[in-house]
Amino acid sequence: MDDQEMIDSVLAPEGPPPAPTEKIPTVVVDNMHIVYKVYGAGAGKGSATGALSRIMRRKSSPALTEVHAVKGISFTAYKGEAVGLIGSNGSGKSTTLAAIAGLLPPAQGAVYTDGQPSLLGVNAALMNDLTGERNVVLGCLAMGMTYAEVREKYQDIVDFSGINEKGDFISLPMRTYSSGMGARLRFAISAARTHDVLMIDEALSTGDAAFRRRSEERIRELRKEAGTVFLVSHSNSTIRETCNRTIWLEHGLIRADGPTEDVVQEYENWTSKRS
Amino acid sequence: MSTVFEQRAAGVADPDAGLSPAELAAKYGLTISGRRPSLVEYTKQVWQRRYFIGAYATAKLMVQYSSSKLGQVWQVLTPLLNAGVYFLIFDLLLGISKGIPDYIPYLCTGVFVFNFTQAAVLSGTRAISDNLGLIRALHFPRASLPIAFTVNQLQQLVVSMGVLGVIVLVSGLPITVNWLLIVPVLLLQATFNAGLAMFMARIGAKTSDMAQLMPFIIRTWMYLSGVFWSVSSVAAKLPHVAGALIQANPALIYIELMRYSLMDSVPASSLPHHVWIMAVAWAVVGGLGGYVFFWKAEEEYGRG
Repeated sequence: MDDQEMIDSVLAPEGPPPAPTEKIPTVVVDNMHIVYKVYGAGAGKGSATGALSRIMRRKSSPALTEVHAVKGISFTAYKGEAVGLIGSNGSGKSTTLAAIAGLLPPAQGAVYTDGQPSLLGVNAALMNDLTGERNVVLGCLAMGMTYAEVREKYQDIVDFSGINEKGDFISLPMRTYSSGMGARLRFAISAARTHDVLMIDEALSTGDAAFRRRSEERIRELRKEAGTVFLVSHSNSTIRETCNRTIWLEHGLIRADGPTEDVVQEYENWTSKRS
Repeated sequence: MSTVFEQRAAGVADPDAGLSPAELAAKYGLTISGRRPSLVEYTKQVWQRRYFIGAYATAKLMVQYSSSKLGQVWQVLTPLLNAGVYFLIFDLLLGISKGIPDYIPYLCTGVFVFNFTQAAVLSGTRAISDNLGLIRALHFPRASLPIAFTVNQLQQLVVSMGVLGVIVLVSGLPITVNWLLIVPVLLLQATFNAGLAMFMARIGAKTSDMAQLMPFIIRTWMYLSGVFWSVSSVAAKLPHVAGALIQANPALIYIELMRYSLMDSVPASSLPHHVWIMAVAWAVVGGLGGYVFFWKAEEEYGRG
């Protein structure tokens, strides 16, 4: 496939597959509240005397600020769904994903999941001093694969990531990778396993067009394998191409939840009015 | 304010309508996300990751000195230089070695064996905070990390033990049957260290100040462990309780046992009382205790 064809397939994709007919819930979010405790938001932490006088006065912390990031959201996701999460910066999208992955405890409410959801974010680094090759092997082993399974998947992962397209990068340490390359390799590793619930945080936006196409394909495959995929993205076109359902978060609340076309349209109207 | 498109209710009749979210979750066997597995389940998961633990330990070993020119040579040089520094100060300058036969192998054994436990504490303290990326990206039982670090240090110690063997032979000491004891001593110490690393990993994950404090604690511990002086000769002069306490120090026990195994000139009578029982007890209590202590906070690592 040449470049032009690739660009075409990105610009005019087949669109997301239809919503599943059978309804088996995989993620149930029940009135979830997330509160971050931020230390050191106020002045005084920087200086040693300030810290000392704080300890003398037995104050626990200079300024404990509570950030109420998610204020009670509820939804149910089903097998075979690809759910997009949209909203402006700081609306609680990434926080919601982290909570579903079990990385953030809800202050109130609960998250129920089927199996162990895997969160894939661009900020998550693997081991920077190790070569890409070793990262692939270690990442797969950490996900619970055996050596035989890793051998079987290894080439697929490297091909999928496209790391070796510009020379033999896979045998270099990961710290020499560009941020896009690192994100691609991480996505390739995570996507090598079938996940019951896979969550992707902006990962696709860092790749180039060819990689975006491959990952969108992979997300479709994962859905066919009866998993549930969550995708946080600021690119409305990515959401349209991969998700059949979209949840719009604003100020930590669900503003809309429904078929992607309707919700994204409403979101676009809202953003254009605001700007 | 909230628009919910009822895409589903319109089409298929929903058999689950009217269920509360908690009831719906229970019906389909969903569990609370990120909840800590039972100890048995957790142990199964750790066992399943044994390949990961081995591969991670080896990978760490490969990159450890990858940025320096001499590379893996540092694995041998670092403990030798360490022993050299103590030899310079305690033998040549202070003359503490008086009354201790074969001081150089005596000192090197102490330095190498203590180094093993010291590395477990230091790397354990940072096991979680240094690997946040990995922890947040992939799901695996977190105990794999401190255990992998201990395996990595054991691999390094094996190299050091080779150097130590040469030092002992060069000092004119013979190879004896006691050398066979090296293996059980190393395994017991490794088990104790793994537990200690897990214990410190949980503490270090919660209290980042611990990483600043640890060097001081470690140094105190080292001076108490008879790395370069004979504790038993001092303990004999102390009141009984104090002497027994000083001799119960796990680092001291493993060091003394290793000296006894390697050096013909160290008699069994110089060992602390019940030394083998203590060595096993520390391994069991330390290993299991550290593991359970770490598991108790499994769901909290990498949060926030």
